Amino acid sequence: MADINLSRITKCFGDYRAVNQVSLDIADGEFVALLGPSGCGKTTLLRLLAGFEEPDHGQISLGGQIMASPENGIMVSPEDRNLGIVFQSYALWPHMTVARNVGYPLEVRGLNRAEQDRKIAEALDIVALGPYADRSPSELSGGQRQRVALARCLVMEPRAVLLDEPLANLDVHLRETMQQAFLDFHRRTGATMIYVTHDQSEAMAMADRIAVMDKGHIRQMAAPETLYREPADLMVAGFVGAGAVLPVQDVSVGSNGACSVQLGDARIAARICPKLNESQTNVNVGLCLRPEDVWVTDDAPLRGQVEDCVYLGGRFRLSVRIGEGHSLPVYANRRARIGEQVGLKVSDGWVFDRMAGEAA
Amino acid sequence: MQATGRLRGVLPGMIAKPQGNRSSDRLLYWLVVPVFIISILPILRLGFEGVMVGGVPSFDYFRDVLGSSSTWRATGNSLYTAGLGTIISILIGGSFAFLVALTDIRAKAALVFCFMIPMMIPPQITALSWVQLTGPSSALLNAIGMAPPMGSPQPLYSAEGIAMLLGIQHASIVFLTLRANLRMLPREQIEAARLAGARGGRLWWQIILPLTSPGLIAGTAMAFVTALGNFGIPAMLGIPAGYQTLPTLIYQKLAGFGPSVLGEVSVLAMLIGAIAICGVALHHRLLSKRDYRLMGMVGRPLDVKLGARRTLVETTLWAVLVGILVIPLLALFTTALVPAFGVKLTFANATFEAFREVMFVQPSTIRAFQNSFVLSVGAAIVLVLLCLPLAYVMVRRPSGVTKLINLLVEVPYALPGVVLAIACILLFIRIPLLDVSLYGTLGIIFIAYLARFLVIALRPVMNSFTQLDPALEEAAQACGAGLSRRLRDILLPLAAPSAAAGALLVFLTAFNELTVSALLWSAGNETLGVLIFNLDDSGDTVLASAVAVLVVLVVIALMSCFQLAARRLPKGVVPWQT
Ligand SMILES: Nc1ncnc2c1ncn2[C@@H]1O[C@H](COP(=O)(O)OP(=O)(O)OP(=O)(O)O)[C@@H](O)[C@H]1O
Ligand SMILES: [Mg+2]
Repeated sequence: MADINLSRITKCFGDYRAVNQVSLDIADGEFVALLGPSGCGKTTLLRLLAGFEEPDHGQISLGGQIMASPENGIMVSPEDRNLGIVFQSYALWPHMTVARNVGYPLEVRGLNRAEQDRKIAEALDIVALGPYADRSPSELSGGQRQRVALARCLVMEPRAVLLDEPLANLDVHLRETMQQAFLDFHRRTGATMIYVTHDQSEAMAMADRIAVMDKGHIRQMAAPETLYREPADLMVAGFVGAGAVLPVQDVSVGSNGACSVQLGDARIAARICPKLNESQTNVNVGLCLRPEDVWVTDDAPLRGQVEDCVYLGGRFRLSVRIGEGHSLPVYANRRARIGEQVGLKVSDGWVFDRMAGEAA
Repeated sequence: MQATGRLRGVLPGMIAKPQGNRSSDRLLYWLVVPVFIISILPILRLGFEGVMVGGVPSFDYFRDVLGSSSTWRATGNSLYTAGLGTIISILIGGSFAFLVALTDIRAKAALVFCFMIPMMIPPQITALSWVQLTGPSSALLNAIGMAPPMGSPQPLYSAEGIAMLLGIQHASIVFLTLRANLRMLPREQIEAARLAGARGGRLWWQIILPLTSPGLIAGTAMAFVTALGNFGIPAMLGIPAGYQTLPTLIYQKLAGFGPSVLGEVSVLAMLIGAIAICGVALHHRLLSKRDYRLMGMVGRPLDVKLGARRTLVETTLWAVLVGILVIPLLALFTTALVPAFGVKLTFANATFEAFREVMFVQPSTIRAFQNSFVLSVGAAIVLVLLCLPLAYVMVRRPSGVTKLINLLVEVPYALPGVVLAIACILLFIRIPLLDVSLYGTLGIIFIAYLARFLVIALRPVMNSFTQLDPALEEAAQACGAGLSRRLRDILLPLAAPSAAAGALLVFLTAFNELTVSALLWSAGNETLGVLIFNLDDSGDTVLASAVAVLVVLVVIALMSCFQLAARRLPKGVVPWQT
């Protein structure tokens, strides 16, 4: 078993809490993405897991064994954790051939030559780099280098693979191919993978679950579709996917998580966050609308003024202003004039506490 | 169990050990101990000596030395020669730096390489070659029939002669610091000034010069402090004329051993150290007032088109190089070829006998070659072995201690060589606790070399560790490699080129060293620098010249190695390539 548990991990740099009271449970074989804006502490969290940083508080355990627990004076060094890491900068050793780079973990473990060669060949085959074994890393393309780094993780049969923005240095086309390579790798090995990125589409496309981080906290950890449809707070709703969060009043809660809210002149049927209890329903309630759930129709009671219209190829994205200072992205099939009044029909929405998470 | 790489958990060493992670790292801190012993302890010991007379605190030595008129005459002479020399260095090095860095002259690499040679050639050889160039007994002038009549004075045996050679010797220092500064000067700032209407002299005086003043100030301070500590040139030119500077005064006092001599030279060493520190402090003060952040794109330096004047400028620069480098060395070489000093050289009587003599016959010269070789190779090896882990700690585990070390290692190199030499004598003449003396052995020179050249070996290695992506090491760590393994497999191979460069630089500097060994040598333990000095002193000028020519050849050969390897070394390792 190599499930990963973090409980109330805090890491400070000087006075600054780069990681603040983070608890995380990752199951064996899961593919988890860590998503968040720049500087939110993703890399720090990954380095804490890997053992390059020592937490100030909390406990990290791996497959039931405690890796770090400052309260008990435990700190297992990175070389003893058996975790694979893929760096954004590849971190291939320029003075070794591709094969030696890949085989280095085995060399350190003192395997015999024949065994080493067999495993190296196997790993290089998996990343489709068999013919490149004797090259030097400087003679490879960016994507190939990243695949070598992946193969190096593979041979050591790690308990989990940690990846820190592994595709950030690659161009858009190569990124898609490499995403597929990582997914294939995950399926073949069943390795637990923790993947840091600030690109939400990358996280959505690949991960079983996504942890959204902000200012050292984990704001929400859920499957991509849950994150998108049911954001826990304002930060997540704004960071993940397009859409808008509008303040609403007069929430009437129905059964099975359904509810209806008043938005301008319209009554809208929506889903409500179970954590939102009755007493709060009229104060800081927000309605998260995704552009897919809003239609432009002439005869809808909710009216707005077109502020902007951009052609995306196949459809238009309008920015429609409703009420005071709130605008909403909407998809439309025809071009709209700036300043034009349109009607909006809302088919779905998500109602949650706008202030959730802010206190922390 | 799933496919191939089903994750295996248990590994030996998984059992958590308390704080086990960094305990091996702590061992690294022990490196600080030898660094402390060789670079700071001698200086502390020196300070102690000046205030103790016969084990009792007293200012007697201070009173004696500071009350003596010869002290103040030598101090005045030192300031005069070093000051005038610095002005000459600024004029030569400054104009070279501006022209090389800012204009479109051709063959810059060759020009820079040749301009660096005077700095790398030991000062006593510079002095020797200039003496062989001028004066009535110059072999070169005699051979072409242009020598002044016998009995006319040697013009270089004077304060101005000393200053001129100091100026030439240290022009490259000004050149290097100024050029580094000029290269950071973004062309946008000049272009903005030109758009504002500044042109010609105004552009130079109001924009370029102020922007480059930090480099100019730094170069000036370094050239001055180095000139102040120079021993070879005032020794070769000043002693025959009875003209003393502080380093030669110390040398002469030490030669006439007496009971109070150590105390007195300690005070003199402190005096010269204090002047050097004043120079450096003034430099820092001046610099702290001008924080000209050079904004804009770096790496696109100015490239002034000289147009029609380019050929003229190029010719002038090369002519200056021929004048300060080629002709003196030619004079040196000619002297080495004459059959006996004073004989007129012709094609018929030119002989390589002197070279054969110094390389294969004279036991003292052979011994000096061996001594210098052993000392410089030994220092290079020991320093590189020390610097690799030391640089690692300083770059990767920075702390208050490493910051202090970073400053301390500069001290023995920045202080004049005589100060370090006196300090080493005091500390090692009777090592406390062990009660053995290193004085009069090669060992004391060796330790002094380690202290003085530590920083030369350390900087390139630190440089390469700084430029190394930390992820390279962390990747190895994640693969299970412990500290010693990472050092061996990853860090050493990657830092090797810089370490080799550092070793070569140490070798180059130590092989020619004079100032420190001039005070520390003893019969049988001469170094090459001392040998040239002594041969010349005893009238064996031809042999001295032959040794000097050999040393110059070694210097130029080693510098060429650097030039060839420059592309494969990290930036900033080859001193003349910035
Ligand atoms: N070694 C360090 N010393 C001091 N502060 C640090 C250190 N490492 C990180 N920080 C700070 O901790 C915060 C989180 O850094 P971290 O590298 O984890 O961000 P990140 O989420 O990975 O950002 P990015 O997406 O830009 O890589 C930042 O504010 C950073 O300045
Ligand atoms: Mg990061």
